[in-house]
Amino acid sequence: MSGGACATVAAPLPAEVLLEVRALDAWYGLAQILRGVSLEVRRGEVVALMGRNGAGKSTTLKALMGLVARRSGAVHFQGRDLSRCAPYQIARAGLGYVPEERRIFSDLTVLENLEVGRQPSRTWADGSAAPAWVPEALFALFPNLGERPGRAAGLLSGGEQQMLTVARTLMGNPYLVLLDEPSEGVAPIVVEQMVHMILALKAQGVSILLSEQNMHFAHLVSDRAYVLEKGQIRHQAAMADLATDESIRRAYLSV
Amino acid sequence: MTPSAVLVQLLNGLASASSLFFVAAGLSLIFGVTRIINFAHGSFYMLGLYLAYSLVDRFSAHIGFWPALLLAGPMLGLLGALVEALLLRRVYHAPELLQLLATFALVLVIKDATLWCWGAEDLLGPRAPGLGGAIDLLGRRFPAYDLLLIALGPVLLGLLTLLLRRTRWGTLVRAATQDREMAGALGVNQAWLFTSVFALGTMLAGLGGALQLPREPASLSLDLSSVGDAFVVVVVGGLGSVPGAFLAALLISEVKALCVALGTLHGFGLALPVSKLTLVAEFLVMAVVLVARPWGLMGKAPSSSRHRALEAPLQPSGPGLRASAVVVFLLLASLPWLSAGAPYVTVLAVDLLVAALFAASLHFIMGPAGLHSFGHAAYFGLGAYGAALLVLKAGWPMEAALVAAPLAAALGAMLLGWFAVRLSGVYLAMLTLAFAQIVWGITFQWDGFTGGSNGLTGVWPAAWLADKQVYFLLTLSAAAGGAWGLRRVLFSPFGYAMRAGRDSALRCEAIGINVLRVQWLAFVIAGGVAGIAGGLFAFSKGSISPDVMGVGRSVDALVMVLLGGVQTLSGPLVGAVVFTWLQDTVARSTDYWRALLGGVILLLVLAFPMGMVGFLRDAVWQLRGRPGGGAR
Repeated sequence: MSGGACATVAAPLPAEVLLEVRALDAWYGLAQILRGVSLEVRRGEVVALMGRNGAGKSTTLKALMGLVARRSGAVHFQGRDLSRCAPYQIARAGLGYVPEERRIFSDLTVLENLEVGRQPSRTWADGSAAPAWVPEALFALFPNLGERPGRAAGLLSGGEQQMLTVARTLMGNPYLVLLDEPSEGVAPIVVEQMVHMILALKAQGVSILLSEQNMHFAHLVSDRAYVLEKGQIRHQAAMADLATDESIRRAYLSV
Repeated sequence: MTPSAVLVQLLNGLASASSLFFVAAGLSLIFGVTRIINFAHGSFYMLGLYLAYSLVDRFSAHIGFWPALLLAGPMLGLLGALVEALLLRRVYHAPELLQLLATFALVLVIKDATLWCWGAEDLLGPRAPGLGGAIDLLGRRFPAYDLLLIALGPVLLGLLTLLLRRTRWGTLVRAATQDREMAGALGVNQAWLFTSVFALGTMLAGLGGALQLPREPASLSLDLSSVGDAFVVVVVGGLGSVPGAFLAALLISEVKALCVALGTLHGFGLALPVSKLTLVAEFLVMAVVLVARPWGLMGKAPSSSRHRALEAPLQPSGPGLRASAVVVFLLLASLPWLSAGAPYVTVLAVDLLVAALFAASLHFIMGPAGLHSFGHAAYFGLGAYGAALLVLKAGWPMEAALVAAPLAAALGAMLLGWFAVRLSGVYLAMLTLAFAQIVWGITFQWDGFTGGSNGLTGVWPAAWLADKQVYFLLTLSAAAGGAWGLRRVLFSPFGYAMRAGRDSALRCEAIGINVLRVQWLAFVIAGGVAGIAGGLFAFSKGSISPDVMGVGRSVDALVMVLLGGVQTLSGPLVGAVVFTWLQDTVARSTDYWRALLGGVILLLVLAFPMGMVGFLRDAVWQLRGRPGGGAR
């Protein structure tokens, strides 16, 4: 069911490393966007991908999810190589993706949107239960959604749609969530809710790799950060160090 | 006109609506999820009818009439699943028009397979047991079987609604209809979903065909006629919407039934033969609906151009290309002398050149302008009929009529283009098809002026052009001039504006280009050039019939353009020559030329998803070390 012929068994990773990416290249049409991106995410970590507009943050997440037409490089996840897998196989391996543009199914109700994301529950390699979600638990995390489960998703407010996208991905019980620009284009109150949500997920044992331009937001939620420029990783640091490193911020992040 | 006669016609309409809905519902579901315009859907309907005939013939004595009849449905579903898994799955990443070409090749293959299995004779099945008679309605007789059909339509609508609204499978189908990439990123296996939707749609088409067994004979012409009707229903209802398809099937069937019931209307001293409108009624309904509601009755605007392939920019001709164009032209010009002993070569060469010019004009509107036309034969036909009528009815000299041919076609293109450029994608394609069918219907029915189905004869060139070889040179000059002219336009500021409008209408408007007007003019130019081809065609044959503007010719042109490749300018020329030559050669060597042609097209599509010339260009790029492949 999960995985399939695409995933060959890769060299075993240290138990705490969930995702290991080596030399990831990606193209849009004829243009190469990513050049040799390497990074890793450990179990229970929240990692931020930072960089300016067009640095390749969203493309990195899409390439990990198999959503770009052409990519190369190694993507080791939970001991399997996902670099040749289709998006649905990657999702079934326990990698969740929350797109920046939301892409909710506007004709479907809130509950139906959640149903599309539903997958069986998972266990960790050691046999213990991985974080699992049902609509009731998600409605506790996002009370606004719980108030109108039968409503067409297209009629929700922007912030509610943002929450629905996250909730929909969580229905797949992912080990690791790729979160694309969670603070982009939503009201400050929603940004605050996003911070709480990410910290709540982390407390449940879900790992998160998020792309972010907003240093303040990233600082509030992340443990570590990678800094991207022109499709390459230029710097990596603990989030607390990066937040105080003026020279890096000026070189790669400030507008 | 008595009320009882009208009632019977209205009930007839309801029965037809149910039959239509069976085919259209499946087509709409398949399009919604896979985005494939499945030309072969009508072939599955036809196959369902033939299969039901044989099943009832063989097994009704053992397992009963109904089980035998209904068995055709699942069998077709299985066939559909196989076709999807073995063939269509390989072309999902190809441009959508190439997918269309693949399904059209399937039409050809299935038609000949049916011919081989069941023969060319129409086959009439037995009456349904217990429903063979008629009931009495206000003193008129109405077939009892049709009452069953009337009931089946709403039943199917109810079942499909339950399936789509109340099951996980239905939820996934609706999600994938909206955004299949996102559904995939959530773990939904598209391959499995596509296969199951395709199988269900095919099964419904097969059932629809099987249910016609007691009502109409199985015939080889049912494939294209039924898929044509189903396309109209699906587009009028809104692509992907099952309730919309039901509503549209009702609307169209009832309008047709009313046309029959009304017979001839008298008023203002005129007699309007409304019953003759049945041929074009559905297309008139479609045209009206699309102009008023561009996405159909219950459809939604397509979500975005997310899946649109990037078009590589056109390459200006280098010295190499220019030199080879001159060489090809000179070679062609010396053809009459080279082939002096084989007169047929010149005749075939005229056909090839006319096809190439016609294909180039279609490519102009489809490729660089990005407006998909499914009814390009209308302009070809307007050119041909315009020229022929000017000679025969107005007594014009042939030369003048030939010059006027593109004007007649351009006038038609101007009329339709005004509406057409306001639509896009499949809806645009369907409106152009509707226009072509209306023009065809008028030509077909207007015996007194156009000669009706017999067409016009005695359309010969002037004396100095009567010699085949001289006529060939005239055709060559016109075709070369036309192709060169189109190329010049594409590299003019107008051509840049046209291509920019295709790539981003919004940005184009923002820098002050009136995109609609540019596209309208592009329509007129393409129509005019098609008209030149039509005029040349008429005088080369000496006679024309409504076939010159039939769906078949439009589809042929599409095949030529797609075979050659949409992204290059030489593609359509190569495609036209290869296709026409193949058709000519294959048709003379076997009875089953359609299957052979379909097989060749399928192989070409699978081998060259970017078209032949696109494939060659990519190969050259690879050799030169330029990044190849292009965007999916």
